[in-house]
Amino acid sequence: MEKPCVLARKFGNQEAVYSCLSSLVEEHFTVIDLETIASQPEFNQKIQAILVWGCCSFLNRSLLQVLPNLKVVVSGGAGVNHLDIPLINSFGVKVCNTPNAVGNATADLAMGLMLASARNIIQGDSFSRCHEEGQDIDESHFGRDVSSKTLGIVGMGNIGYKVAKRALAFDMKIFYHNRRRRPVEEERMVGAEYCPVLEDLLAVSDYVVLLVNLSKASTHLIGRKQLSAMKSTATLINVSRGMVVDQEALVEALQNKTIQAAALDVTYPEPLPRDHPLLSLPNVIVLPHMGTHTLETSCHMIKQMMANVLAALAGETPPDEVIV
Amino acid sequence: MEADKPLSLISGVGGKHGFSEEHADLIRQHFQTVCYSDLLINPHLYAPKIQAVFIWKSNPVIQRCLLQSLPSLKVIATEGVGFDRLDLRYIANMGVKVTNARGVASDATADLAMALLLASARRIVQGHQTAAGGPEPTAAGPHRLACDVTGSTLGIIGMGDVGYKVARRSTGFEMNVLYHNRTQRSSEDEEAVGAGYCGNMDDLLRNSDYVVLAVNLSPGATALIGRRELSLMKPSAILVNVSSGLVVDLDALVQALQSGTIHSAALDVTHPDPLPRSHPLRSLPNVIATPHLGFNTASTVRRMVQRMVHDALAVLADPGRPGSSPVQV
Repeated sequence: MEKPCVLARKFGNQEAVYSCLSSLVEEHFTVIDLETIASQPEFNQKIQAILVWGCCSFLNRSLLQVLPNLKVVVSGGAGVNHLDIPLINSFGVKVCNTPNAVGNATADLAMGLMLASARNIIQGDSFSRCHEEGQDIDESHFGRDVSSKTLGIVGMGNIGYKVAKRALAFDMKIFYHNRRRRPVEEERMVGAEYCPVLEDLLAVSDYVVLLVNLSKASTHLIGRKQLSAMKSTATLINVSRGMVVDQEALVEALQNKTIQAAALDVTYPEPLPRDHPLLSLPNVIVLPHMGTHTLETSCHMIKQMMANVLAALAGETPPDEVIV
Repeated sequence: MEADKPLSLISGVGGKHGFSEEHADLIRQHFQTVCYSDLLINPHLYAPKIQAVFIWKSNPVIQRCLLQSLPSLKVIATEGVGFDRLDLRYIANMGVKVTNARGVASDATADLAMALLLASARRIVQGHQTAAGGPEPTAAGPHRLACDVTGSTLGIIGMGDVGYKVARRSTGFEMNVLYHNRTQRSSEDEEAVGAGYCGNMDDLLRNSDYVVLAVNLSPGATALIGRRELSLMKPSAILVNVSSGLVVDLDALVQALQSGTIHSAALDVTHPDPLPRSHPLRSLPNVIATPHLGFNTASTVRRMVQRMVHDALAVLADPGRPGSSPVQV
């Protein structure tokens, strides 16, 4: 029997599923890529699902209008800020994400960024590759402790909680800020103390990790005022979305030594232009949004995406439907 | 009173092996200090009065002739690194105590091991280079994707203070922990970090996704990891070394990394240190190498010096009793 058709960017392209994982999709579906429907519109009515991996600038009203049998849009990852969900829903199409597949990999990367920044791993590696005989490390190579320091988690959802768990094993003192306080028992399990006022958390933290969803309320959550509230020895780590931080204010804060360092998996835009100041500041790590780019996690995400598509096509409730 | 403070010997202030001014001041709160070069110029003035030596980065070098020239010497305080170069038996026979600031460095060293493990697994160095405008790794494929850490198997070789603290840190990542050590730890210790003992190191090597070397250097530990051991490891495995460069056969490691016998390595230590300019390790894409950072964070180094001073004072206060972290011969 013919497999149902899904629309996706061609495997291996930017913002497309990795070629090595294509079989996970093709096991269930025939994949039609964007170039094909552009040149062969007769495929339009076969499309029952759209797979989104990363950005999706192609997903607009004019596309939705020509896909009469579209039932679901499934995006890999937790964030859905790149999707116009009300627009998609208005066509009777469900939207799903894969929030539970990404938690561990993202929490791991948050810890990795904190430690890499704290211990000057990147500068150290550069030095090792290039240094001359007789050139020694000096105090400028010394890093900062992580163990027993204070961590402030902004956004204590699923991923924030996983970061707390990891930080606890480093004997860190943990504060968190969240719209809602977690139950006391959950706080106790990770040794986390609630800060209803964000600035209070910022004032005491040696490391601040951002793990909020991007929304109107969280856009530029960390701006000039919040950066000034931080310790001058503090490090800001962002693995949520670039827009959670006022990037210009961050550049200024780093240049003026208002804070000590930053480690970012996310920026806006992505990627940053090559001459952006963040890319040349000495105490800044920038990664090209690789929070979930591990083999196992990518496999989990795709399998979860497949489960959501299969459920939607069968008329069942998908496990990860996003309701706004 | 300044003159009441006991006299101590240090290699110097500033330079490769010296204390920083800030740390020298910490020592001078409780001790007078004489630099090694001044002792050589004026031995009669200083040698009879030196009661303590503070060794930093293995300097000053303690040779028998130096020991014989210091009749008042009661304690040699080290930061733990390089006390293996001391002739402990000879020193003990002279009635001199040695202290090694046990435990101070272990948190920072364990942190560094985890930092190297995560940086290597998650391709943080390559990622930063890509974001800063470096070339994208060529050929899409599984090797471009990073390695998961959560839920993987960690093999720790050397389960002393540092190894144990690495095990503890890995529990937050739900890692399955195996360890190899000359002696097995107590079952309480093992349970606290969920670690399983591998009496046979080969078993650990075969089953680990990450292998962390945290052994103390000893004759048995030299070239502990050679061609044979590397060939037992998984081709997807990552080797992390925060112990000593001598523990790994570097030529064998280079070959293993070039041939895909193992996936990557992250090393804080190499032998020699530094490596010559042309050494192949310096240009391998699947290596992270840090310049022997060890426990070097500003606050740990400060605490280290404070502990050395404290330990030395304790010995001087009661020469018959061991210092707070004495080395037993």
